[in-house]
Amino acid sequence: MSVTSGSKVEVRLPSRLGFEKVAMSTAAGMAKLMGFSEDRIEDLKTAVAEACINAMEHGNKMNASIPVSVVLSMKPDELEVKVMDNGTGMQTPAPSPDIDRKMSGEEEARGMGMFLIQALVDEAEWVSGTGTDEQSFVRLVIRMKENE
Amino acid sequence: MQTANKVSQQQLTGASGQQITCLRFTGDVSSLSKDAIVGTYQALDKAVHKCILLDFKGVEYLNSSGIALVIQVLMEANKAGQTVSICGLTPHFTKVFTMVGITKYATLYPDEAAALAAL
Repeated sequence: MSVTSGSKVEVRLPSRLGFEKVAMSTAAGMAKLMGFSEDRIEDLKTAVAEACINAMEHGNKMNASIPVSVVLSMKPDELEVKVMDNGTGMQTPAPSPDIDRKMSGEEEARGMGMFLIQALVDEAEWVSGTGTDEQSFVRLVIRMKENE
Repeated sequence: MQTANKVSQQQLTGASGQQITCLRFTGDVSSLSKDAIVGTYQALDKAVHKCILLDFKGVEYLNSSGIALVIQVLMEANKAGQTVSICGLTPHFTKVFTMVGITKYATLYPDEAAALAAL
């Protein structure tokens, strides 16, 4: 199979936990076709899964009838992933997790998804929509070779 | 869509002779695994089980909600004076656990043999 830059795949997931694995597998399959290394594919899988879970939980409030749309676009040496939901987007950036605060109970044990996304991909951008006509989305870019 | 998480428990002996309670996880470790992960840990008698080894070798899928459950176990173990070690993570999740700071409260070993040799 020849892989050409510009190829695009769209996946629509019900907002139900577990379905993020469908997007994760699709992203991994595309990255493999493009020749990404195994460790970069693992980074991508975690980032895509976390982005989908955030979209289901915070964007679509776990309403299974509202889909999360995932658009994966092959570009030269990079894969762009847009994960869209019907929420109003991020109002404030999530702080980096502080393990000491988590261990002392001052910070929730959860809430590491955005941190992991930012740490594992080369670009991560959150764009707020109106929640009705205009969807909110997170746009991720992962390159074949990790930025130094 | 979620693969059921199963936990099995086994008593092991470390190279130093100390008793180690190994909790082996299989399947998915996610927000739906709370009963399996935290529940199994909480059922242990904290006065008896002082050294815990969490084995992720059989885990097929792990996300940030699953990592939060591990942190919850670490938090309770820390309060109870138990030591927790972790083994069987893939290189990717070894990196992720290190990124979120878990290595400050639990030692990571590549596999069970390495953990037993060190404990």
